[in-house]
Parts: sequence; C-alpha cells; structure tokens
Amino acid sequence: MTHGVSILALLVVFATSTLAQAQQQELTVSEVAPGIFVHQGQTALMTGENDGATANIGFIIGESAVAVIDTGGSVREGQRLLTAIRARTGKPIRYVIYTHGHPDHVFGGAAFASDGTEFVGHRNLPRALAARGAFYLDAFRRIMGAQSLDGVRMIPPTLLVDGTVELDLGARILTLKSWPAAHSDNDVTVLDERTKTLFAGDLLFIGHIPVLDGSIRGWLAVIDELGALSAQRVIPGHGPVSEWPGALADQRRYLETLAADVRKLVARGAPITVAADTAAASERPRWQLFDDYNARNATTAFSEIEWE
Amino acid sequence: MPGRRFRLLCIASLLSVMLVDARVAPAANDPWPGLVQDIFNNRPMNDGADVIAIEMPYRAEDAAIVPVTLRTKLPPGDSRRVVRITLVIDQNPAPMAAKFELGPDANVTEISTRVRVNNYTDVHAVAELSDGKLYMTKTYVKASGGCSAPATKVADDAKSRLGLMRYRQFARAGEGPASQGLGQGPASATREAQIMIGHPSHSGLQMDQVTQLYIPAFFVDQLRLWQDDSLVLAMEGGISISEDPNIRFTYVSNGAKRFRAEARDTEGHVFQKEWKVDDSGT
Repeated sequence: MTHGVSILALLVVFATSTLAQAQQQELTVSEVAPGIFVHQGQTALMTGENDGATANIGFIIGESAVAVIDTGGSVREGQRLLTAIRARTGKPIRYVIYTHGHPDHVFGGAAFASDGTEFVGHRNLPRALAARGAFYLDAFRRIMGAQSLDGVRMIPPTLLVDGTVELDLGARILTLKSWPAAHSDNDVTVLDERTKTLFAGDLLFIGHIPVLDGSIRGWLAVIDELGALSAQRVIPGHGPVSEWPGALADQRRYLETLAADVRKLVARGAPITVAADTAAASERPRWQLFDDYNARNATTAFSEIEWE
Repeated sequence: MPGRRFRLLCIASLLSVMLVDARVAPAANDPWPGLVQDIFNNRPMNDGADVIAIEMPYRAEDAAIVPVTLRTKLPPGDSRRVVRITLVIDQNPAPMAAKFELGPDANVTEISTRVRVNNYTDVHAVAELSDGKLYMTKTYVKASGGCSAPATKVADDAKSRLGLMRYRQFARAGEGPASQGLGQGPASATREAQIMIGHPSHSGLQMDQVTQLYIPAFFVDQLRLWQDDSLVLAMEGGISISEDPNIRFTYVSNGAKRFRAEARDTEGHVFQKEWKVDDSGT
C-alpha cells in the first residue's frame, strides 16, 4: 500500500517534470509576415521521435488577440507552440482554427483548451472527428507509442465554418473559407487580409507528395478556385512557405496525372490493385514520401473515378 | 538531486517494461480460436492450401479500401465444389467481413472485393466444400499509416450515391469479347463481371465522447446475383466491407440473356436492377 502510494507520487513527479520540460522548449517558428509565425513541419511520417511534428502550424497576432492555426501532432508539440506564442505576446488566444481533422494538425489541441479559447473548423469537422477520432487514437498509440499520445484528445470545433467567416483579432481580419470535399471533406483556409498571407492547410502540399483523403475531382476543382484568392504568399500544410499562386502548379500536375492514369485503367477494365502499383509512376522522382502515399492515393482515386 | 534522477530513471525503466508488455500482449492473444468457435461453431479446420487462395497487399494502403481476392484452387476433375467462402479479418471490430455463397451451376472461381482494415491483422479465408468440410488459408496485412481511416471519406457523396447500381462485363485475358463464348463449351464461356452498389456503409461503432455524435450502423448486409433465374453469387456482408460495395468475379455463362442483382441494407432498403448480360451499364 505504502509502496503503491510512493510509486504514484513518483509518477506524478515524473509526469510534471516532463511537462515542465516540454513547456520550456519552445517550438522553432519564423515570422513569415508581420505578426504571422510558422513552424515548418518535417517532411516525414509521424513518429514518437518527431513528436508528430510533421505539419506546418502557426499563429497570428492581432491588436487584441491571437489565433492559432493547427496545433500539431502531439500535445507536446502543442505545448511547445504555446511556449513560442508566450515568448512573443501575452495577448489571449481567442481562436484555435483547424484547417482539417487529420492527426498531425489536431493532436495538439488539448494544449490550448481553456475557457476563452474557441475552436473553429469546417461544418463537417465534428462528424469527421466523431467517425475517426477513436481510430486515430488507437492507431497512433501503436505508431508513435503510448507516451506520445499522452493527453491527446479530439476537441470538436464549436464555431463552424460553412461558407465564409470573418474573425477579428483587433485591427486584423482573418477570412476563413470552407471548401467542398478535396484533400478531405473538411478543409478550411485562412487568409490574413492585412498581409495577404494564406494558410492553405492540406489543400496544398509542396515537396511532400499530396495525400488524398477526400475527392480527387473535388480537389482539382478547388485548386482552380483557390488560385483566384488574392494572396501574396502561402503556407502550405506541408512544405516551405511559397509565392502565390505559382505554388499550386506541381500539385496540380500530380493530381492531373494521377486522375488521367486511373481513368485509363478504369476504361480498360484493370482492377484497383493495378492502379495502386502503376498510376502516377512518372511522378515518383518529383516528390518526397512518394512510396508512403502514392499507392494509397491511387486506390482512393480509383474508387472515386470508377463511378464516373 | 542525483537521488531524484536515479528514482526517475527507475520509474522510466519500470514504465518502459510496462509499455513493452502492453505491446506484446495482443500478439499473444490470438483471436482466431475464439473466432473459429463463434463463426464456425468449432468445426475442424483443414489445411486449405490446395483449395483456396487469398491475396491482399502486404500493407493496407488506404485503411478504408483494401483490395482482397479469393481464388478457388480445386483441380478441374475434382468431384467436390466450393459451396461458400467466409472472409474473416481477425482484428477488426466486426471480424466476419463477408460470407459468399457460390451458385451451384455458376462455377465461380475468383471473387475480388474491398474491405476495411483497422489494425495489423491475420485475414482468414475459409472455404466450405460440398463434402461438408472446412478448408482454411490466411494472409497477414499491416495496418495503414498516416491519416487514412477505415471510415467513409466524403459522407455527403456517399449518401447521394445511395442505391445506385452498376454492372460491368469484362473481356477475359486471352479471350475474345464475352459474347463469343456463348455455347462454345465451358472454357470459353468463362466471364468476368463486376457489381458496384452506392452505399455509405457506416460501421456505426464510433461515438465522440464530447459531442455525443453517433453514426448508427448502416450497411449492405445482403447481395444476390443471378443469370436469368440461376444464382451466381450471394454475399452476406458486414461493416468491414468498404463503402460502395464492389464485387468483381468470374463465372461460367449458362447462356442466360439477363443479369440480375438485388441488394438489401440494414435499414431494409432493397435495391434491384437487371441488365442484358453483355451490356455494361448503370
């Protein structure tokens, strides 16, 4: 009994000391435009070693408040982002905006859960988190290890974006837009009107092969519309901050190639497995993580295009 | 201070031992014996290596759409035939993925479909032959990584496709157009066809603890395919079948002119459609 209590006490000491360490170490961010800070994620799969820090996440500071855009792939990454924010401003974090519901973007949410902070996302995001949340927690406990999943929970947005929503951070307007199914069925973009900086979420991949978890036809249609947004620079979901809208070109070529290859296979009656093995093979040298995602993209695209 | 560090190290190694144990546990706890009891009433399992083959990719690329092909291997002269094939994904929430009933006169030798795979898992195919015995074979599939999930991708689209059915006839490799096979002996009468059914196939297992949002189970549980009035293939499906169920199969034509499909889902919707045998169509 006494033994149990002392172990418990030690566990508490252990837990608080790691927490404190995590809070001390601020996430590397760079100021890509006045008041806009971005951490560029590693182009890698989420692992225990990288704390799931594979997506680009960031924050925007207005006159009266701060908005966080995506929270990272673990609570630890979220806490380190919070430390980076607090090193720069004491203003309240009024909004946490999710560009969509994938683990590398939402797993850090718990670091920001407090009264005064509203979570914002696509109108489809609560449904997606409900359908996938438990599976993601199980799957990533396996992939990253139990410790990396400490404290991770799905926090559904309460402010839903259906069309366009403007958020005011104090003399700083953010325009949020929800998109039809493309990368996922819950993609949102954030445009800072003052600096014409666009957070595209995973509607844009640069260098990292695009990952299809929604609709390939929808995504190609959305790219055309996205390109019309009046931005000067873009923060993609993965890859370096880039010029707008030139940054869309590589991704468009990949998705068009994938769709065209799959369409040919469907027309000649090839089974879905052949698409996984061969579609978009010409794109291999042009992307990082090609072998991790291309077969999956082809499988997903095939199951959509065969209904054309 | 050094004392504290030492204690922390002890705790850390204790924790890592606990973690390792937790990771080993599922492998030691093989669900298959329990599944043989639940699904097959503990009937004896014979080695199915010469009876049935199962093909799946080594890794589930998209957890929601993992292709699987079942192939019967009985030699042409064998007096037995395959009556049914049961597909079991051991580590899925509902392991019995599908039970296929093979039409007595259709000589179905190959069935391909797509399933959801939640975890690293054995996948078993169990063939029941006309001698009443069960023959088992298995493969192993690694779970997908990344953000793919064994769930509906675009919930709105899946709803809008509800009940749409498509039929397609394929030319078999090394043979002419399917119509040339009519009445020309068994070998040349082998055909390959595919049925697609638009359906979201919600597994109904997920509930978000915060929002209490709950998606009730809603999936195709029965599918029957006929050439004229002769059964080609029937499927009893579960929630492990991918959204928009898709079955591609070979069979031998009996000279029928019509191909007919009937599907039923868990809400009692019945979807029926028929096509001329040689016309692919919607």
